[in-house]
Amino acid sequence: MEQNNFKETVLRISGVNPKKCMRCGKCSGACPNYDEMEFHPHQFVSMVENGEIEKLMTSPSVYKCLTCFACVERCPRQVEPAKLIEAVRLCVIRQAGQNHLKPDQIPEMLDEDLPQQAIVSAFRKFTK
Amino acid sequence: MQRIGVFVCWCGSNIAATVDVKKVAETLGKEPCVVYYENYQYMCSEEGQNKIINAIHEHKLSGIVICSCSPRMHEATFRRTAQKAGLNPYMVEIANIREQCSWIHKDMATATEKAIILGRAAIAKVHLNTPLQAGESPVVKRALVIGGGIAGIQTALDIADAGFEVDIVEKKPTIGGKMSQIDKTFPTLDCSACILTPKMVDVAQNEKIHIYSYSEVAAVKGFVGNFDVTIKRKARYVKEELCTGCGACTEKCPQKKVPNDFNLGLDNKHAIYIPFAQAVPKVATIDPDYCMMLKTGKCGVCSKVCAAGAIDYKQQDELVQQQYGAIVVATGYNPIDLKNYDEFAYSQSPDVVTSLEFERLTNAAGPTGGVLLRPSDRQHPHTIVFVQCVGSRESGEGCGKTYCSKICCMYTAKHAMLTREKYPDTEVYVFYIDVRTPGKNFDEFYRRAVEEYGVHYIKGMVGKVSPENGKLMVQASDLLDNKQLKIEADLVVLAAAIEPDPSARPLATMLTTQMDTNDFFTEAHPKLRPVESATAGIFLSGCCQGPKDIPETVSQASACAAKVIGLLAKDKLLGNPCVAESNELMCNGCSSCEKVCPYGAISYVDKEFKMPNRTIAVRRVANVNPAVCQGCGACTVACPSGAMDLKGFSNSQIMAEVDAICK
Repeated sequence: MEQNNFKETVLRISGVNPKKCMRCGKCSGACPNYDEMEFHPHQFVSMVENGEIEKLMTSPSVYKCLTCFACVERCPRQVEPAKLIEAVRLCVIRQAGQNHLKPDQIPEMLDEDLPQQAIVSAFRKFTK
Repeated sequence: MQRIGVFVCWCGSNIAATVDVKKVAETLGKEPCVVYYENYQYMCSEEGQNKIINAIHEHKLSGIVICSCSPRMHEATFRRTAQKAGLNPYMVEIANIREQCSWIHKDMATATEKAIILGRAAIAKVHLNTPLQAGESPVVKRALVIGGGIAGIQTALDIADAGFEVDIVEKKPTIGGKMSQIDKTFPTLDCSACILTPKMVDVAQNEKIHIYSYSEVAAVKGFVGNFDVTIKRKARYVKEELCTGCGACTEKCPQKKVPNDFNLGLDNKHAIYIPFAQAVPKVATIDPDYCMMLKTGKCGVCSKVCAAGAIDYKQQDELVQQQYGAIVVATGYNPIDLKNYDEFAYSQSPDVVTSLEFERLTNAAGPTGGVLLRPSDRQHPHTIVFVQCVGSRESGEGCGKTYCSKICCMYTAKHAMLTREKYPDTEVYVFYIDVRTPGKNFDEFYRRAVEEYGVHYIKGMVGKVSPENGKLMVQASDLLDNKQLKIEADLVVLAAAIEPDPSARPLATMLTTQMDTNDFFTEAHPKLRPVESATAGIFLSGCCQGPKDIPETVSQASACAAKVIGLLAKDKLLGNPCVAESNELMCNGCSSCEKVCPYGAISYVDKEFKMPNRTIAVRRVANVNPAVCQGCGACTVACPSGAMDLKGFSNSQIMAEVDAICK
């Protein structure tokens, strides 16, 4: 994955348009894990817009996000910062190697105890 | 045969940059019956109009086609030009080669081709044009103002001052509107009631003004100069002409647990009430949902204590018919319902209030007598958090409004400043996205709140308010310091977005006037006709047209009055001659046109017709009242036998245009 494509990839995966942000900061006002994060929800939006994706990819903030979607719920302009953070996480996963999930590999990975939701989540994570 | 002249306008470079005007003129000059053609830089200029007049005289033109801007812009101009040259103004046709051609195309060849086609269509229409004469209709010298807030009051006073009769219809028991609920006004901090109530008294004492309080508009018929309005006077169970407003009934009424809407439910009133001391008219009203006499037939205390004998439990709603020449809409606004903003805990804690509720909590005539106390425990709040833009400036996909409510930045600065002045031991925080203070002395006012009164303005938004142990935990972001703040507050004040009154939409339907997607009335032109609606004779005053503060509302209200006076000063109005006409020989009497006519202009009459062999048959045929018809054309589409036609836009003219375009 080329460096200057990161922004485009993040925007495509997330479906978010960071230009809709009016810099009100309600996402960061709502965030329950704000103090644990180096970069806060509102910064994610502006950093993605500025193309600073690599900085985000190497920050532990990506994993401190609880994915509680409070920022998505409260955003008055439907910018959906949590979806951007999820997209950055996916960029990291893809960077780590070709771990796309192939359909023929699935049956052997399944057992009766595996919740169905986990399979759906795996698809979401590995196929984008 | 017509003798047609074609005039192609450059509109500077507006048209000429994308349309080859010379080629258009020359090509159209070859059309049948076109005896003269010309192109010029500005057809609408005096020089351009003189060219048209000279050509009409020299070439004995019987019809002219102007290829220029939209007819909305200059059709009236060119009709006047034709009239000056002795030509009937309805022998003028406009081909819109600007808005519908040069402005939307980039390629000169295609734009020129399209301009020629549009011009050809207009020529085809002129071939079939006939001279039309506009009828006259009288003007009823009386205006109706719907809504008795400051906008309606100012408009009514100004119209009355010019000597015309004005009626105000107000749905509440008193006029005064939102301004009567406000404590102080920005940026001068004068007492709202002190400047409003003298105006209310002026209205009451003005012989030209009549107030229909506790009333609503039920139906509107007619047209500019001749509106026929039905006003519903709701039963207030008190005879208005007898009540002296002494207030004895309101003190003795045993039903004391009625939520007081004037104080936004922050305290209670009696079932018979006068909204506030300076109410106009100062007449008591019974709330039928709470009055024991009306509900169970047992009580009657108010009737016993009323020395004037004004109480009438059997009063019914009454309908009043009245004629008006002009109607002013001044229906105002309301703060939005905050039930969908649970992150601010509005429905969870009585100490989270809207800004209008805060006004009542600081008003000397309010539920706390002007002492700022928390609604929950009646204690003085020591930390107050103001949240701006609640429900304003949202994306439109959620429950909020897309627009800026305009007044919140200033009233919040006012609330913060006044709190710090009266209670210096109170910490006041204002969370803002942007501070918007355009207006005379407005930004200076906001800066005073920060610099002189020490209000903490924080760029950021509150994300969560949670009631904990009698306090309100406010979690918010401070974007400039890149911090998340947690404030333990005693009172949270939400600057709720404002929206048009719910009565506005049904009213717009009755008036056949336009609204935008937010239910604000649409002005005829956003810059040049800001107080008129697109429907003739309907005018707009105050917040029904868009969010406004008081100075702006009063300016608009007076502007609106000027327009109404201009209309009422005329004795007669020239009608629109482009009205529907029924061909009686083709009419089959089906009533389709009568049913679709939005103006009630069509009626049916029985008429005798000569039939073969000297017999006479009586047939039912449509008859159009040209004074009422607005020329919308709905009947011409509905008519199954093709009997209905619109003068100036006849079926044959429109087909000729289509044929010319498809040629």
